Amino acid sequence: MRGPVAVRPGLTLAPPTVRFARRTLADREGVLGTLMLLPALAYVILLVGVPFVLAILLSFSSATAGSLEFSWVGLRNFQVLLGDVQFHRAVWNTLRFMLISQLLVMVLATAAAHVLDAAFVGKRVVRSLLLLPWAAPVALASMAWVWIFDSTFSVVNWTAKKIGLLHGWWYWFGDPGLATAAIITVHVWRTFPFATVVVLAGMSAIPQEIREAALIDGAGFWRRLWGVQLPMLLPVVTVAVLFGLVFTATDFSVVWLLTRGGPYNSTHVLSTLAFQRGILGASLGQGAAVAIFLLPILLVVAVLMLRVARRAEVGV
Amino acid sequence: MRRPPLRKALKVLKRALLYAAAGAFAVFAVFPFYWMLITAFKQNRDLYVGATNLQHVPWIFNDPPTLDHVRLLFFGTPYLLWLRNTAFVGGLVVLITLLVSVPAGYSLARLVGRWGERLGIGVFLTYLVPPTLLFIPFARVISWLGLQNSLGALVLIYPTFTIPFCTWLMMGFFRSVPRDIEEQGMIDGYSRLAVIGKVVLPLAVPGMLTVVIFAFTLVMQEFVYALTFISQVERMTISLGVPVALVRGDVFYWGSLMAACFITSLPIAIAYSAFIDRFIVGLTAGAVKG
Repeated sequence: MRGPVAVRPGLTLAPPTVRFARRTLADREGVLGTLMLLPALAYVILLVGVPFVLAILLSFSSATAGSLEFSWVGLRNFQVLLGDVQFHRAVWNTLRFMLISQLLVMVLATAAAHVLDAAFVGKRVVRSLLLLPWAAPVALASMAWVWIFDSTFSVVNWTAKKIGLLHGWWYWFGDPGLATAAIITVHVWRTFPFATVVVLAGMSAIPQEIREAALIDGAGFWRRLWGVQLPMLLPVVTVAVLFGLVFTATDFSVVWLLTRGGPYNSTHVLSTLAFQRGILGASLGQGAAVAIFLLPILLVVAVLMLRVARRAEVGV
Repeated sequence: MRRPPLRKALKVLKRALLYAAAGAFAVFAVFPFYWMLITAFKQNRDLYVGATNLQHVPWIFNDPPTLDHVRLLFFGTPYLLWLRNTAFVGGLVVLITLLVSVPAGYSLARLVGRWGERLGIGVFLTYLVPPTLLFIPFARVISWLGLQNSLGALVLIYPTFTIPFCTWLMMGFFRSVPRDIEEQGMIDGYSRLAVIGKVVLPLAVPGMLTVVIFAFTLVMQEFVYALTFISQVERMTISLGVPVALVRGDVFYWGSLMAACFITSLPIAIAYSAFIDRFIVGLTAGAVKG
């Protein structure tokens, strides 16, 4: 029982049809938005979210790499870890490597950014050279450092001996203190370029009038640095350092390739210990429990990041 | 400061300090690359001289340079195979990343409204969930899927870090496209989808190029997952094969190893430097409200 289309006189058909034709999927923004976002969300949920939960579950189990069996052992993995000297060492090393290297990066990056902010011949060249460490694949760059710190052929030792700095011998990967120094050196080398570029971007965002005002008011270099620039740079430096903290806290390649946690397991960090126990030792449960301890560190960093981001938003 | 000569001297000193500082930073950054380069071309008798011998200067070529190590790398090791594996994995991961994160970036920037902000931050935060936390559950997932020792495992897993990162980057780029242009297109009778295809995507080509470069280099840099899933030398990628498989027992082939490091790092480093500014813009544009 289909009636005539134009029931009422005076109502033309054209506009409604056009309007209906335009209300296709391509125009329903909410639906379209969801559809376009769906693949990304699915990937993130299935392959980051689910494994993340699985990591937590595994840490309460005695799962091994060999079998697919999964038996709940409650808090036993954590109890074992709490009494484990190697684990204590790994937690301490993770914090130590991360904090010392990022403290150095903060100083170095601010200094480097000030240098690059000035005008001089060859500035562009220096800038792109500074970026090299960050761009190079970590695993390969780490191998270069392994060779630089070689026990027999170390160029560092040769140079130190030549200028009379070294009288004995530095066995870089044979001594816990020197191994720590080597690892921190590589972390600093690798993360300071990124921090420099970010700080530099922050510096160019400081309005020229403020700099000039400080200059006209007669503020000297240090006064301008401490009183004007550093406070204004603080948010952006914080962001750079927080990224650096995440990079160094979660790093695996540098420690693994340089020392493999040695000598005498003195330089293990959480990630390498987790690999040692979980993959090489085939005890997935133990490994997962070790790796889980990265979470509190990352959580603190994430919260700080969000806070800085929010403050920056309010400021703008 | 009162006398001009002193002021001039101070100025010269300042310049000198500036150049010294710039030089020091550059040397610190470049030194390992220089060391790779010189090692790659040194003859063995020039290379393996103990550092206790102070007469032999390791910083320069004491004997004529040689191509032996490079030749060994290309024809005596699986380096070319690793290169092919890396290109294969990298290509597929880039494709997946583009297909997933370009629409997602646009959606977060324009379509999902108030939720976009939060979802965007949420997606970005997953980038902070590190491989070092996930490789253990993935070991279980990969063996369940039967993908051990397969490049497929890497193709499946690598987008977990390229997608969040590149979605965030694309979101930043799309926000920097003026809304007016899109609205003009829609007033002219195009649908939203047509506007995206005809107006927005052409404008976003630089952004997509950045995504390609970064996704590919992230793949080339990855080490942990490759180490966990791949143990067969023929299936390795470059950043796994070079540090792990260029060793015979305890003997490192330092010449070939450093040649591999240098040859692999250089193109990546150049690509990175070329795109770094765009990358910073994308990163910060994503953080600032559009």
